[in-house]
Amino acid sequence: MTSVMDQTSSPAPVPSNELLEDLVGVSGRRRTKNAVMTGLMFASVAIIAIVLGFVLVTVISKGWGIVHTKFPHWFTDDIPPTARRVGPGMKAAIVGTIVTTLTATVIAVPLGIAGAVYLNEYGKRNVFARLLRFLTGVMAGVPSIVMGLFIYVFWVLPRHQEGLTGLAGAFALACLMLPIVVRATEEMLKLVPQNLRDASYALGATRSRTTLTVVIPKASAGIISGCLLAVARASGETAPLIFTVSVGASAVHKTNWNVFSGPNTALSLQIYANAKETLASAQDRGWGAALTLIALAFLFTLVARVMSARLSKKTQ
Amino acid sequence: MTETLAIQTPHVGHASEPSAASGSAPQHSVVFDVRDLVVHYGAFTAVREVDLKIHPNEITAFIGPSGCGKSTVLRCFNRMNDTIKGARVEGTVNYRGVDLYGANVSATQVRKHVGMVFQKPNPVPKSIYENVAYGPRLAGLRNKGELDAIVEASLRGAALWDDVKDRLKSSALGLSGGQQQRLCIGRALAVQPDVILMDEPCSALDPIATARIEDLMQELKAKNTIIIVTHSMQQAARVSDRTAFFTTEVNEANDRRTGVLVEYDRTDRMFANPSDARTEAYVTGRFG
Repeated sequence: MTSVMDQTSSPAPVPSNELLEDLVGVSGRRRTKNAVMTGLMFASVAIIAIVLGFVLVTVISKGWGIVHTKFPHWFTDDIPPTARRVGPGMKAAIVGTIVTTLTATVIAVPLGIAGAVYLNEYGKRNVFARLLRFLTGVMAGVPSIVMGLFIYVFWVLPRHQEGLTGLAGAFALACLMLPIVVRATEEMLKLVPQNLRDASYALGATRSRTTLTVVIPKASAGIISGCLLAVARASGETAPLIFTVSVGASAVHKTNWNVFSGPNTALSLQIYANAKETLASAQDRGWGAALTLIALAFLFTLVARVMSARLSKKTQ
Repeated sequence: MTETLAIQTPHVGHASEPSAASGSAPQHSVVFDVRDLVVHYGAFTAVREVDLKIHPNEITAFIGPSGCGKSTVLRCFNRMNDTIKGARVEGTVNYRGVDLYGANVSATQVRKHVGMVFQKPNPVPKSIYENVAYGPRLAGLRNKGELDAIVEASLRGAALWDDVKDRLKSSALGLSGGQQQRLCIGRALAVQPDVILMDEPCSALDPIATARIEDLMQELKAKNTIIIVTHSMQQAARVSDRTAFFTTEVNEANDRRTGVLVEYDRTDRMFANPSDARTEAYVTGRFG
C-alpha cells in the first residue's frame, strides 16, 4: 500500500519468495539459539540460587534451635565460660561485632569518601592520584589476615595486654574497608555528569562547594550502598580480629561495650572457636552465631537498599 | 570605558556601529572587548586571532559549522574553559574595562557577573526552588523571605513561574525539557548577571519550547547582554542584533583544523549582504 487513497481500491500485495525468505527465513535458527541461551542463563541463576538456598537452610535449621530456646537469652546472656556448658548466650559476641564494626565504619567511611573525592575531583590523572589509585588496588588485594598482623605488630604489640581492644580490631577492619569504600565512591563520583558540575561552576561556585552541594548528593545513593557493602563484608571477617581483639578466638565471654579498653570478641570469632570444638553444646552455639551473623549482614544490606532507593528517588 | 572607536581587523566588518536595538546604552560602550584571542587545548589550537566587541543590551549570535570554535570563544567570557584540563587562553578578554584573565581576577567571581545556559538543560538534582536559590545561597543569602522573593522574580523573569508556582518543592528533574531550560535561565537570572551566555540553548528543545526561549531572550535584552551560540542560522537571523560567523581553517602542514572568526556585523547586513565569500556560502546554505 503506497498511500491512504489507494487503500480502498488496490488488493493486498503478494510478497515475493525472496522477501519472505529475507524477513522470516532466519527466525527458526534464531529461535533455537535464543532458547539455548535463555536456558543456559536460567541454569546459572538456578545453580546460584541452589547454593545460596542450601547454605541458608543449613544455617537456619542448625542454628535456629539455640537462638530460639529460652528466647531472648541468646541475645541477653554472656557466652558460657566453658564449651561444655549447654545453652544459649551470645550477647558478648553480638555486642563485640556491632561495636568493632561501627568503630571501623566511623574510621574508614569518612577517610575513604574523602580519598575518593580527592582522586576524582582534584587529583584526577596526576601522578599522586595515580599512585594512590594503584596503592588502593594493592590494598584491596591484601589478605585480611595480613591486615590483622599489621595492626598486631604496629598497634597491639607496643601496648602489650592493653593493646588487645575492640579499637585494634576496628583498625584492622577499617584497613579492609578503606579500599572498598574508595573504589565504590570513586566509581559513583565518576558517574556524576560533568554538566551538573558546570551548572554549579557557572553560578560562581567553587570546586569544593560544587563537590559538597552537587556532586556528593548526586552520588550519595551509590556511595551509601558501596559503604554498607563494605560494612557487611567487615562484619563477617574473622582473620583480622584473631590477634587484635583478644588472644585467641575463645578467650572472651563477657560483654564489653568499651572499644577503647579491654579485650573483646565477635560473632565470627565465636563461629571459628565453637566450630573447632567436638562438643555438641559448643557446635550448637557456633551455628547460632552463624545464623546471627547472616541475619546481621542481611539487615545491613536491607538498610543499604532502602536508604539508597530513597536517595536515588530524590536525586535521579 | 575609555577608547572604543577601535581598529577593526580587516576581515571584521563594521561592528562598532550602534545597533538600532540598543536602547539607552551609550553609543560606544562595549561589554566585552576581545583582542587577539587564541585558545589551545593541549597542543591543539581550537580557535585563533579572534577580535570582536560585544555591545550592551544586544543579542549577539555566534554561528558557524561544528568545530569552528564558537563555543570555545563563548566559554572564555565566563572563564568556563578553566574547568577543562589543558585549556590555555592567549590574548585579552576585556570585560567593562577589566582584563578577565588578569592576575588577580577570580573565575568564580567572573561567573557571578556572566551567567551561562548550556546546550543540555542541566538542573541539579534538587527541587525547583533549590535550583534557583542555589546562586543566591552561594552569595551567602540565608534570609528565607528574600530568597522566596528572588526565586519568584527569577522564575517570572524566565517565564516559568505560572508553570511551577504550585510545585516549587518538587524535583526539577520532573519538568519537561523546555521547562528545564527555562529553569536554567531562571537560575542564571537569580544571581542578577550582567551578561548571559547561551550555548545552543534550544538544540535539545522542540519548536514551541524554542519559540518561548527566543521570546524570553527578547525580554531579557532590556536588562542583560546576551551572547548565543547557535547551529541554526534561522535562529540567529530571528533573535540576534549582531552575528559573528566562525569557520574552520585546515592547516596544510599537520591537517589540523582551527577555528577563525570570518565576519562580524549587524545581523541584517550579515544575512542580506555579507562581505566575505565564505559567509555568503554559509548563510545561503551552500556549505556547512
